[in-house]
Amino acid sequence: MPAVSKGDGMRGLAVFISDIRNCKSKEAEIKRINKELANIRSKFKGDKALDGYSKKKYVCKLLFIFLLGHDIDFGHMEAVNLLSSNKYTEKQIGYLFISVLVNSNSDLIRLINNAIKNDLSSRNPTFMNLALHCIANVGSREMAEAFAADVPRILVAGDTMDSVKQSAALCLLRLNRTSPDLVPMGEWTARVVHLLNDQHLGVVTAATSLITTLAQKNPDDFKTSLSLAVARLSRIVTSASTDLQDYTYYFVAAPWLSVKLLRLLQCYPPPEDAAIRGRLTECLETILNKAQEPPKSKKVQHSNAKNAVLFEAISLIIHHDSEPTLLVRACNQLGQFLQHRETNLRYLALESMCTLASSEFSHEAVKTHIDTVINALKTERDVSVRQRAVDLLYAMCDRSNAKQIVAEMLSYLETADYSIREEIVLKVAILAEKYAVDYTWYVDTILNLIRIAGDYVSEEVWYRVIQIVINRDDVQGYAAKTVFEALQAPACHENLVKVGGYILGEFGNLIAGDPRSSPLVQFNLLHSKFHLCSVPTRALLLSAYIKFINLFPEVKGTIQEVLRSDSQLRNADVELQQRAVEYLRLSCIASTDILATVLEEMPPFPERESSILAKLKRKKGPGTVPDIEENRKERNANVDGGTNHTTTPPNAKTSPASFVGDLLAPAPPPTNRPRPVSSSSFLQTPLTPLPSQACAIPLAASAGAFYQVAAATASPDLLGLGSSTPLSSTPPALPPTAASLLIDVFSESSPGAAAAMAAAAAAPVAVSAAPVADDNFSRFVCKNNGVLYENQLLQIGLKCEYRQNLGRMYVFFGNKTSTQFLSFDTSVVCQEPLASQLNVQPKPVDPTVDGGAQLQQIINIECVSDFVEAAVLNIQFRYGGILQNIAVKLPITLNKFFQPTEMTSQDFFQRWKQLSAPTQEVQNIFKAKHSMDTEVTKAKIIGFGVALLDGVDPNPSNFVGAGVIHTKTTQVGCLLRLEPNTQAQMYRLTLRTSRDTVSQRLCDLLSDQF
Amino acid sequence: MIGGLFIYNHKGEVLISRVYRDDIGRNAVDAFRVNVIHARQQVRSPVNNIARTSFFHVKRSNIWLAAVTKQNVNAAMVFEFLYKMCDVMTAYFGKISEENIKNNFVLIYELLDEILDFGYPQNSETGALKTFITQQGIKSQHHTKEEQSQITSQVTGQIGWRREGIKYRRNELFLDVLESVNLLMSPQGQVLSAHVSGRVVMKSYLSGMPECKFGMNDKIVIDKQGKGGTTTDEAGKSSGKQAIAIDDCTFHQCVRLSKFDTERSISFIPPDGEYELMRYRTTKDIILPFRVIPLVREVGRTKLEVKVVIKSNFKPSLLAQKIEVRIPTPLNTSGVQVICMKGKAKYKASENAIVWKIKRMAGMKESQISAEIELLPTNDKKKWARPPISMNFEVPFAPSGLKVRYLKVFEPKLNYSDHDVIKWVRYIGRSGIYETRC
Repeated sequence: MPAVSKGDGMRGLAVFISDIRNCKSKEAEIKRINKELANIRSKFKGDKALDGYSKKKYVCKLLFIFLLGHDIDFGHMEAVNLLSSNKYTEKQIGYLFISVLVNSNSDLIRLINNAIKNDLSSRNPTFMNLALHCIANVGSREMAEAFAADVPRILVAGDTMDSVKQSAALCLLRLNRTSPDLVPMGEWTARVVHLLNDQHLGVVTAATSLITTLAQKNPDDFKTSLSLAVARLSRIVTSASTDLQDYTYYFVAAPWLSVKLLRLLQCYPPPEDAAIRGRLTECLETILNKAQEPPKSKKVQHSNAKNAVLFEAISLIIHHDSEPTLLVRACNQLGQFLQHRETNLRYLALESMCTLASSEFSHEAVKTHIDTVINALKTERDVSVRQRAVDLLYAMCDRSNAKQIVAEMLSYLETADYSIREEIVLKVAILAEKYAVDYTWYVDTILNLIRIAGDYVSEEVWYRVIQIVINRDDVQGYAAKTVFEALQAPACHENLVKVGGYILGEFGNLIAGDPRSSPLVQFNLLHSKFHLCSVPTRALLLSAYIKFINLFPEVKGTIQEVLRSDSQLRNADVELQQRAVEYLRLSCIASTDILATVLEEMPPFPERESSILAKLKRKKGPGTVPDIEENRKERNANVDGGTNHTTTPPNAKTSPASFVGDLLAPAPPPTNRPRPVSSSSFLQTPLTPLPSQACAIPLAASAGAFYQVAAATASPDLLGLGSSTPLSSTPPALPPTAASLLIDVFSESSPGAAAAMAAAAAAPVAVSAAPVADDNFSRFVCKNNGVLYENQLLQIGLKCEYRQNLGRMYVFFGNKTSTQFLSFDTSVVCQEPLASQLNVQPKPVDPTVDGGAQLQQIINIECVSDFVEAAVLNIQFRYGGILQNIAVKLPITLNKFFQPTEMTSQDFFQRWKQLSAPTQEVQNIFKAKHSMDTEVTKAKIIGFGVALLDGVDPNPSNFVGAGVIHTKTTQVGCLLRLEPNTQAQMYRLTLRTSRDTVSQRLCDLLSDQF
Repeated sequence: MIGGLFIYNHKGEVLISRVYRDDIGRNAVDAFRVNVIHARQQVRSPVNNIARTSFFHVKRSNIWLAAVTKQNVNAAMVFEFLYKMCDVMTAYFGKISEENIKNNFVLIYELLDEILDFGYPQNSETGALKTFITQQGIKSQHHTKEEQSQITSQVTGQIGWRREGIKYRRNELFLDVLESVNLLMSPQGQVLSAHVSGRVVMKSYLSGMPECKFGMNDKIVIDKQGKGGTTTDEAGKSSGKQAIAIDDCTFHQCVRLSKFDTERSISFIPPDGEYELMRYRTTKDIILPFRVIPLVREVGRTKLEVKVVIKSNFKPSLLAQKIEVRIPTPLNTSGVQVICMKGKAKYKASENAIVWKIKRMAGMKESQISAEIELLPTNDKKKWARPPISMNFEVPFAPSGLKVRYLKVFEPKLNYSDHDVIKWVRYIGRSGIYETRC
């Protein structure tokens, strides 16, 4: 065969590669490749058989071209052919091509799988290895499906070569990672564990990787590996560095295997068997001892390998957390590393110490290194190491060293990297709160924090300060004083202004005795910051001002002046403007008693998990923050109520929903100092010693809706009480005085308040009972268009057409407010016997009516027979969360189905006489309610539906009409005569119809009209 | 305005770097190299924006010329300048190649100083430049002070493209009409798009300051003359038959545009030597010199039969030259057999095409090639896209139909008249992108 003589050099490939390297431009390269591809295509054409060597060469070229970034769409078949070659090099190239180029959906996959199967079942270890490597490299589902059974078999077969076992273990690991569902556990699992006893260390290493992964998934199946691993580990650790020959790396015995074994042991709790446990402890001690020995080599590889094993051992010690001596030793060892030259070592030491700090045995030991860690924080060049140092300080903090650590962190904060500042701020805030011995220190710390890193102080931090100050009487005076002093700095952070405004507003009186902080000075100080602040802060300050008016009546004039100024009263921002207007009004009209009640001190906040901690947890993700209170339960005696971190389930802590609730319920100032206009809820909060929970309910439930009502309705209804009344029943504990007090306040000044009150009285009636409104009913007897109903919210207009016994009514619902009506619905109720006399069919309507918009509804009407009652239209909708109910009588009256009939005087009297039965005539004599104008009367009669017949009655002042009422079943003729008597202001109405009920009804209807 | 100009070789090494403005730093040089020359994907856009800097480049053989700016410049102006720059360099040292550029780098810097000032293009007229930038360098003894000041006044004067006092024993004039015809045709022979872009290139060796007037069979001019009634019947006849519609045209700066606007007459004082008088484009009534009739048949998955007929479509007395037909082959071609009656045909694997070359071909003739292409079955299901068959040729007439009607030379000061000037006119029609779909 010529292939043998050519050798394995593949000169053609080398020439091709050097050609491509020498190409001057991309174009030249592409030309060369095209030429080569054409050449290979002509070679692969199939008419002449290629020897293995050329096949290998061309496949190699194709592979090279593919790796250069060109598409290859042929040659796969040749590569697959190479797989069945007996030569190693040819097979190798074939496998290489396949693992790089063949995608899983290829048609060839069956052929490839076949070739791999052949190789796996061959006795040749190199071929088996190639096949296993290919499976691992491709690692697709198809591969896993095809070989999931074979690979474990090879792994545990007794006669398999070591190197093949090694490959099989790694291949299985790969398949297990890519498609774990396809690699079932079987009887081989038990035998895999025993590979840990294998003579060949390579096999053990590969098997350990596999077992670690499997043990993480189902630890119970691999429990037996524990003792084997310990035995193996002790053998390695105790061996002399030369024993293991190939597996000794720079004088360290099998470092990779050691690390892997230690990892495997970390999948399990400490072994229960005392012997194993003792042996393991011995091993770990040996490892720690070895770290103390002088290095056997100056090479960095030696120390790296040694330290890798050491760190893994320390991880295991921390994981077990059971041997105090080991923990302390580990800690000391790490302490040495803290000052090591190697940055990586320092980083790793800090990181490991972080976990050590949370163990009760080693916590004290860790604490001894505090100075080193602080030093690291100050001098370390690498930011990631500094970050670890901060983490460690946070973790090692307890009551004994809290002051020192917090001070150090604060001083570091000034120079800290921007990326970690917010986290440090949160940590400082938490530590300060958690370990606060006296609250003056706490207040000082947080104010310092705001001063140093104001921009990074999140809302939660200053909310928390205020919660704590409000809840603790003893610190309030001090807080006010400190805040006052802090505010005197020329440049204050806005967060400080917020805290200052709030605290002075609440507790400014506590320091008012000092002439240096007299009320006026306090106010001027706050107001000097006012213009530099954002809108929310300004709003807060305005609230502080109104509280000042309560606390210090002597500054009332000054503050009113400020509130009255155009920049407040006419501020472009609605919120500010509204606060200014309302506070001003409140301060002008309310008596001091009322002011004192309205603006009373905030009640204490309910105790909850610190929102800051929640934030830090969110920031770092669950699990990464060492959970101090969980790890050190016994040491962490709760400092006081304020910091009592009640143990809620961890998932609840981190869920955003609970976080929102957390913010709302302890409701720091901006949220809990509600919009003044939100009437009742505003008053509840400062007024009553109600549980804050109860306060929070109306606030959350109604604030938004409420406000809209108030804005939409006109000024007399300023407080929106009308619609708010039903709501005020929500918190059952609400004393009725709140509402009435409010009305008192306003009734003194605005006459509109009376109206509001009236409305308030009226509204509940409308809501609950919804009596049928029929005010305008009679108006529609003689006309078809007009406004049927109107209140503050809704206007209902009508337009009707009637033809014979059919009618159509257009109902227009006009939303008079600017807010949407929701779940708008109407229904028509016809009570018996009306339901059988009249068919009323409303068309469906949209469930929403936009503010200011009009909605049209069509109602079809059919008159079956004569009727008396009126149908009722029920309207329901939700406005601002409140269900509104309105019922209106629909003006469908019998006379609507009149058809006017013209007739001569002769005809008229003839018929008149025909209807002479006593039941057929109805006569009514009544007093005129309106002026007796002839034209108006005429119009009304025509509007009533009958034809007005001139010249029938001998007396021209009398009116005579005739018409036919059409119903589905019958037609009823009708004649009428109206005789006005102007002197007596009386009418006499006579009606004759063929049906007595009709006569009576028509007479009633018409009599009302004059 | 142009902030800097760089010339690179194919490897991306900088050969020439001239920065005109401070806003272009040294890193711009690298940015272009990294993002364009060495880009993973071939960059096809001639304008690239990298880090708020615009790079305009042209490529001449293996050389990249890139103009750089941070401002919002007129891109057409920049490219016009780059082309002019190439013309100037070609006029000075021939082919633009790495070697030539390296050998002439002092000259190039000198040229760059002259034709760009603070990034604003200046005089790029080779004839004028050659008077004061010479390849040998100015020798002081040959140029008196007077001569130097003359150069200055001429270069800065009204007619910057021609100096005074040129004298020739033989007043000669060469006029070339060079056109390239572009075509895209459907397999059925329907013209999908066709246009001719042409140039009128002159080489003039005339004494003094002659005034020239150039006339051609432009439809507008001829119609106008016909309307005025001043021309003879002959002009009227030609307008009916041969006048062409020019879509747009541009002129050399020597042409008096005001006169063209009012009278549609092209009058100018020509520069000395070679220059491009005008450029134009036509899209109507184009004479397509060749018709390509393709026939492609797929015989099964592994075989393709191609038959292409070309027909020449011009006067039998004329001869087309350098005819080349390029028939693309599928990417999985494994073998090709070609039979052609005329010329030579070859399968070029490196270009994935069959190239058929014919040296000469007379008008109204027909020739045919047939090829059998063997294909290698691939596992790729993609169908062959069938790229169009393209063609190259050269014909001795203007496919747009443009004819030079006259070129008159007036030199009132010197004693030679229009009759004494020897004039040569030549028409060359070349193929641009001349493609037929198959």
